Amino acid sequence: MTQSTMTESGPTPSPSALSRPDGMTGFVADWGSDQRAFKNVPWGKAMMWIFLLSDTFIFSCFLLSYMTVRMSTTVPWPNPSEVFALSFGGEPIPLILIAIMTFILISSSGTMAMAVMFGYKRDRKTTAILMIVTALFGASFVGMQAFEWTKLIVDEGVRPWGNPMGAAQFGSTFFMITGFHGFHVSIGVIFLFIVARKVWRGDFDRAVPGFFTSRKGNYEIVEIMGLYWHFVDLVWVFIFAVFYLW
Amino acid sequence: MAETSGTAHAEGQQHPISTYFKVWGLLFVLSAASYAVDYFHVESYLRWTLILVFMMAKAGLIVAVFMHMRWERLALLYAITLPPVLVLVFVFLMTFEADYTFLTRGLFFSS
Repeated sequence: MTQSTMTESGPTPSPSALSRPDGMTGFVADWGSDQRAFKNVPWGKAMMWIFLLSDTFIFSCFLLSYMTVRMSTTVPWPNPSEVFALSFGGEPIPLILIAIMTFILISSSGTMAMAVMFGYKRDRKTTAILMIVTALFGASFVGMQAFEWTKLIVDEGVRPWGNPMGAAQFGSTFFMITGFHGFHVSIGVIFLFIVARKVWRGDFDRAVPGFFTSRKGNYEIVEIMGLYWHFVDLVWVFIFAVFYLW
Repeated sequence: MAETSGTAHAEGQQHPISTYFKVWGLLFVLSAASYAVDYFHVESYLRWTLILVFMMAKAGLIVAVFMHMRWERLALLYAITLPPVLVLVFVFLMTFEADYTFLTRGLFFSS
């Protein structure tokens, strides 16, 4: 079997690929073979997955330290349901902003998944539009987070070292976790615009070398970008559950 | 089954758009459900069970469908999904650590 070179595109399936075993036998065979464990995955996608795995550990450490300080404090923890409530003239609705942010991020994941699909269909215009919609959802998410932070810092007096409502660790873990997540979203928005521009211009159809690595891109870039974006949504699922709903 | 899934990605991940819409809808329903748990003040063990179940269901849907993990070969699936499971050991350890700290704080700060 010809060893595929480390180019941008994934290995073209050789005749031997068709008879590749599946299931547990395939798992053992893939890992037991020479040089390449991830057989039909382009290297960029495998590397994105491994980056996301390392990022998973970072967020796990944040959420774990949050869990530890919250369980070990003897001072009452501020009730997130009340802290993050928002009133539109009448009764305050608990967690309403967080719920809206959650729905926005899920919607952005939906449009991103469709962008990947239209990318592989070589539908440039739809792909680019869907990616820009995704980026706008992401930008509005960051905007709402900025609003939330402002409300907490200015109106409620929450600081990383203390707050008037209870345990001091509330502020430090909140700013650390949501700040790091918001940073991920912001980076994602920037890269979504960059990739959307490339799709729009048809860089991936003409295999134009990238400005940074000079590698020729193709529509796998859209899928790799999508993996990152879905991961941001995935982290929010965990933050929403353990930070806001605890 | 063994023959088809090995060749399915020759031209990247292509799945019908209805799959994505279904998962999108499910994620909306699950998010609304976990918000409802808080809104209707479900408390104690029921609250925790529901929140964790909805959380894992959402995470599973995102990874499996949006990130196409269910169509990948097991070599990649296990390499990515097994290591985070070990974080549970860490959770277990820190639970004990936190309980111990809480106990000693109670003993020393109360007097």
